Amino acid sequence: MSLTDAITGTGHQGLGTSPTRPDGIAKVMGTFEFSGDLGGDGVLWGATLRSPHPHARIVRIDPSAAWKIDGVETVITADDVPGAMHYGLIAQDQPVFAADVVRYVGEPVAAVAADHPETCRRALDAIVVEYEVLEPVLDPDLVISGEAPSIHPAGNMLREQRIEHGDLDATGDVVVEATYDIGMQDQAFLGLEAALAIPDSGGGGVELHIATQWLHEDRGQIAACLGLPEEQVRLVLGGVGGAFGAREDISLQVHSCLLALRLGRPVRMQYTRAESFLGHVHRHPATIWMRHHATTDGQIVKIEARFVFDGGAYASTSSAVLLNAITHTQGPYRCPNALVEGYAVRTNHLPCGAMRGFGVVQACYAHESQMDKLAEACGIDPVEIRLRNAMRTGDEMITGQTMDSVAPVEECIRETVALPFPDEPVGGHDGDVMRLPGGAGRTADARHVVRGIGYGVAMKNLMYSEGFDDFSTARCRLAGGVATLKFATAEVGQGFVTLAGQIARTVLGVDEVVLDRIDTGVGSAGSTSASRQTWMSGGAVQAACVAVRDRLFEQLGREHGVDPALLTIDGRDVVDSTGTFRMPVVEATASVALDETAVYRHPTTEELDERGQGNCHVAFAFVAHRAVVDVDVDLGLVRVVQVATAQDVGRALNPVSLTGQIEGGIAQGLGLAVMEEIVQIDGVIRNASFTDYLLPTMLDMPPVVATVIEQPEPLSPLGAKGVGEPPCISVTPAIAAAIRDAVRQAGRTHRIDRVPVRPTDIIGL
Amino acid sequence: MPVVVPTSLADAVAAAGAAPDALLLAGGTDLMVEINERHRDLPWNDAAVISLNRVPELCSWTFDPDDRRLRLGAGVRWAEIERDPLRAMVPALAEAARTVGSPQIRNAGTVGGNLATCSPAGDGLPVLAALGAEVHLVSVDGRRSMPIGDFMVGVKRTALQPGELIESVTVPVLDGWQGYSKVGVRNAMVIATASACVVTDPPNRSVRIALGSVGPTILRCPEAEAHVTAAADWDSAAIDDATVTEAGRLAAATSRPIDDHRSSADYRRHAIGVMVQRLIRRAFPGGAS
Amino acid sequence: MSEIYTLHVNGRDHEVRDAWLGENLLYVLRERLGLMAAKGACEQGECGSCSVEVAGELVCACLVMAAAAIDEPIRTVEGLGDVPTDVQQAFVDTGAVQCGFCTPGLIVATHHLLDREPEPTELQIREELSGNVCRCTGYGRIIEAVQQVAVARRAATR
Repeated sequence: MSLTDAITGTGHQGLGTSPTRPDGIAKVMGTFEFSGDLGGDGVLWGATLRSPHPHARIVRIDPSAAWKIDGVETVITADDVPGAMHYGLIAQDQPVFAADVVRYVGEPVAAVAADHPETCRRALDAIVVEYEVLEPVLDPDLVISGEAPSIHPAGNMLREQRIEHGDLDATGDVVVEATYDIGMQDQAFLGLEAALAIPDSGGGGVELHIATQWLHEDRGQIAACLGLPEEQVRLVLGGVGGAFGAREDISLQVHSCLLALRLGRPVRMQYTRAESFLGHVHRHPATIWMRHHATTDGQIVKIEARFVFDGGAYASTSSAVLLNAITHTQGPYRCPNALVEGYAVRTNHLPCGAMRGFGVVQACYAHESQMDKLAEACGIDPVEIRLRNAMRTGDEMITGQTMDSVAPVEECIRETVALPFPDEPVGGHDGDVMRLPGGAGRTADARHVVRGIGYGVAMKNLMYSEGFDDFSTARCRLAGGVATLKFATAEVGQGFVTLAGQIARTVLGVDEVVLDRIDTGVGSAGSTSASRQTWMSGGAVQAACVAVRDRLFEQLGREHGVDPALLTIDGRDVVDSTGTFRMPVVEATASVALDETAVYRHPTTEELDERGQGNCHVAFAFVAHRAVVDVDVDLGLVRVVQVATAQDVGRALNPVSLTGQIEGGIAQGLGLAVMEEIVQIDGVIRNASFTDYLLPTMLDMPPVVATVIEQPEPLSPLGAKGVGEPPCISVTPAIAAAIRDAVRQAGRTHRIDRVPVRPTDIIGL
Repeated sequence: MPVVVPTSLADAVAAAGAAPDALLLAGGTDLMVEINERHRDLPWNDAAVISLNRVPELCSWTFDPDDRRLRLGAGVRWAEIERDPLRAMVPALAEAARTVGSPQIRNAGTVGGNLATCSPAGDGLPVLAALGAEVHLVSVDGRRSMPIGDFMVGVKRTALQPGELIESVTVPVLDGWQGYSKVGVRNAMVIATASACVVTDPPNRSVRIALGSVGPTILRCPEAEAHVTAAADWDSAAIDDATVTEAGRLAAATSRPIDDHRSSADYRRHAIGVMVQRLIRRAFPGGAS
Repeated sequence: MSEIYTLHVNGRDHEVRDAWLGENLLYVLRERLGLMAAKGACEQGECGSCSVEVAGELVCACLVMAAAAIDEPIRTVEGLGDVPTDVQQAFVDTGAVQCGFCTPGLIVATHHLLDREPEPTELQIREELSGNVCRCTGYGRIIEAVQQVAVARRAATR
C-alpha cells in the first residue's frame, strides 16, 4: 500500500483513517504544556551538582557556602535520602546521590533549590566537594578478561549470555568475518528533562508532573527512594517533548521530590542541554565480531558472534539490551547453527540503556554488513542473497523459538527494491551546492562525487521479553454518546492519543471521545517502549471499549427485546444482524453510564537458558531499507539522496502517524550512520551540546519513499504490529553499505566497519 | 539603564570610553552562548553591557567606486552579506556567510562579531584574511587601523583594547575569481572542521590563500600563493595539474591543525590539501589534463 | 538586580523588573512574561525551538539579551492570534506535529519564510528551515505542510 494514497482516508475517523492529533492544535498554538512549561509564582528552581570525574572517591562535601547565598533554600546530598539509596529499572544499583564514590562524569552528588536558575548555578559552584581521583575503568575487554578492578559492589559484569544452537561444528564453504564498532548515540529529544514536584499540603505525599515513558515504574522507584508508600506518590504526565528511550530511567524525579518535600514548597527542575547529555542513558556503544559460514550459493550455514556492550557506570536496561542484540544475531534470515557470546559490562563511561531499537540496532549493523560481505564473497547480488535467506513464518530461530509472527521478509525486500530511484543526478538539475555532499561548504563539484546504493533488512522483537509480566490497563466510560478513556500510557509524541480515539470510535460507534488526564489514577500501561503501546495499550483500550459495548448490548437487549449476541456496531448505529433493530449510539447511550476497566496481557515468554535457548520474545516485525548516497570520496563527506523502505506493519491503523514514525525513525538511523556520536576521551564527554553533537537537519534528511506491507498479525489485538522501532534499524547499515558502494566504485579497497561513518573512515586515513 | 543601547557611533564610542570593561554585544550569537553556558560570568549587579546593533554607522556598508574598496560596518549581518548586492562584490565572503550557523544565526550574527570573537573556526575570517582586509578600530582616543593579520592575535585573542570598538572592515572589490570552502560533518549549521579561501586578483597577478580551523588563528599560505602565482597562465585562467597538486601540498604543509573531539589533525591537513586544490582549479579552470 | 525595562511583545508593552542582566529573551518571555510558546532545547542557537521575530528578523530568542531588545517589536507564536493560522492548521493536518516541542519555533520560521518567499522551492524550504531541528518527524510532513500552505495561498490569490 502506498502511504500517500491512504492519507486521504477520513470517514468516521476510526481505525485505518488519519484523524488529526487531539493535542495538535494546542501544540501549534504553543499552548500545550510540556513538563518544562510547568511553574508558577513561588515555585522554586532545583539544580543538580555533578561529578567532574569518571571515577573518584568523595572525601568531603561542604555545602556551607551555598547555604549562605541569598535565595538558596536548601542543599541536599545522599545524607538526605530517607528511603532506598539506589534505584534502577532492572537492578537497583544507581545511587540517588553518590555517597562515597562517583562512577561517571555527571553523576549527581548534591542538589539545591533556590529562587532563580542563576542562583542555583551559583550555589552549585559554592558547594565544595573534595575528591580523591581514582583510575577509571574504560576498556570493556579488561572487564571481560577480569583484569579491571571492580568499580561497584555488584561487580563489573552486567550480563553474560551465550547462545548455542544446532551443530556448533558446522562450517560453510564461504566464510566472512569482521569486527564492527557502533558509536554511542544520544536520543536527543528536544524537550529537556523537566519536572514539577508539588508536596501535599497536609505533608507526607507528593505529586510529580513529569515527562516520562512509564509513570508507574517511575512511581515505584521514586516511592522507594522517598521512603513513602506508593499511594502517597502521584504522578501526572507532563507534556513530553520526545523520549526515544531516554526517559525510561529515573533522572530528576527523585531529586525534585526530595527538594519539594524537604521545603514543603513546589520545586521545578529542568536540565540544560549539556546536563541532559549527562543526565540520561544513551545507546550502548558496541563492538561486535561476526563470522558467517555459507554455502557457495549464499545459504547461511552458521553464524559465530561475540557482542561486547559498554553499559557505562550503572545497569539500567543493559541486560535486556544485550538479550535483544544476541537474539537478533541472525537478523531476518534463516540460520540453522549459531554460537554467540555476549557481554554487557560496567565501566566508568556514561551509563547506557534504552534507545529506540536497542540492541537490535547494533546487531543489525553487524549482520547486514556481513550479508554484503557474504554477497561479495559468493559473487551474488546483495538483494539476491537476502532473498535466498529470508526468514518465513514457522522458521526456527537460533534461540530455538519458532517464528510465529507474520514474517513478510521477502515482501519487504521485493517492495523496497521496486520503489523508484531518485530522478536527480549527482548535483541535481539546478546546480545548487546544497545538492552536493558538503552543502553550503562548497567542498565538492559534481565530478568529485560518486553515487552509491546500499540495502539493509531488519527483524525487531516487539514488546517486553524474557518472562516479564507485560500488561496495560485502560478504562472506558460511556455516557450520553461520549466515550471517556483513561489510561496511563505515556504519550511522548508517537500519537497514541490519536489512536485511542480511533479505537473507541470504531468499537463504540461514537463520534466524541474524551481523553482523561494521563496519570497514575488508573493501572499501569507499561512503558512507551519496545514498539509496544499500539499493541498493548491499544489492546487494553479496545478491551475496555468492548467490555462497555457488551454491557450496552445487554442493556439494549433487555430494553428492546433483542438478542444482545446479535447486536453489533455499524458506523454510528447499534444494529442487530437480523435487521430488525437500529438505533444511533448517541440515542442508545443517552441515559446510560457504563464504566469498564480492562487489562491486556500479551502471551507469556520465558527466559533464555544457559545455552541461550527459550521462547524469549513475543512477536516480531520486519523492515527493509534502500539508501542512495552521494559521497565525496576525497573529503569523506556524504549526502544521503534518498531512502526507500517497505515495512511490515500488520495493519496501518493511522497512515499519517505511521508515515511520521517511518520518516522520523529513518532520520535517527541516518544520524547514527553519518554524524551522531557521543565522544568520550578518558571518560569525559567532549561534545555535550548541539553545537558538537550533530543532529540531522532538514538539509541532511532526504526524501523518503515508503510503502507498507499490510498482513494483519493474528496475535495482535488490532492486527497491527509496533511500528516505532523498525524504521531506525536497518536504515543505518543501508546507508553504510551505500557509502561502501561509492568508495568501492572509486577504486578504494579499505573496509568501513563502524558507524557513524566518519570522513576519515571514508578516506581511509 | 540596564543595557546601554546607543543609536549613534559617537554615543557608542562615548559609552565604551566611559565603561572600558563593558561587554560589547553585537549579534549576540557568540556572547550569549557564553553567558547561557556560564562560560562568562555576568554579575548580578553592576554588569555593564553596550549593545551595538542599533548604531546606524556600524550596521551599514559603503562602496567607494574610486578605489574600489568596500567598507563593511562591524554590525553588518551575515544575512545581508549572503545576498546581493554584497554577494556580487565579495562573492567568497557571501559563500562563507551562507555557512554561518543557521538562518536565525545569520540574521543576528555580524562580521564585527566574527572578528571580535576571533575563533580559528570563524567562517568569515579566512575570506577577510585572503582579501587582505583592514580592520578599523575607534575609541574616545581616536581611530586606528591595522591589517587583519595583526588584528588576530591568537585563539579568541585580538588587538582590540578596552574601550575600543571595531568600527568597520574594508576589503578590495576584485575582478578575479574568489571562493570559500568549508568542511563539516553536516550539510548545514556546522562549525568548520577546516576551511579555506582562495582569492585571485588577475590585474595584479596575485593569488591569496587563507586557512581556517587549522591553527590558532587564520593562516595565510605564502609558499602556495607564490607557487600558483608564478605557474598560472593568467591570460587564459589556466594552470596545470601538477601546480594544483603542489599548491594543495604546500597549503597542507602550512596548516598547523590539532586533534580534538571534532576531528583529527591528519584529516584537517588532508582536507586543506583537497580543498585548496579544488579551489585553485575553480579559479583556473583551464589547463586540466 | 537591574532596573526596569520594557519589551514590546506581540503589540503589547511588558515591563520587566528585577531581572538579571544575563537573562536571554527566551527566559524573559517564558518566566517573566508568561509567554510559554517559545521553547528552549539547546541554549546556543542550534535547534531553533525558540525562534521568534525581533524587529522583523527571525532569530533565536535564547541568543538575544532581553534587556537589549527594548524598543523593538518582538513577535512570538502567541502573536499570531487565537485562531490557528493557515500554517498552524497545515502542520496539524499533515502530521507535521509529533511531540510538538520544535513546533512553535517552526511555525514562526515558516510564517517568516512564506512572508518573504511565497513560492519557495523544496530546497529553499530545506535551507530556510535548516536551523529548526526536529527529532521526531524526519521533516517529511513539515515540508509537506509548508508546501500545502504555499499552494493554498497561491490559489487564493488567483
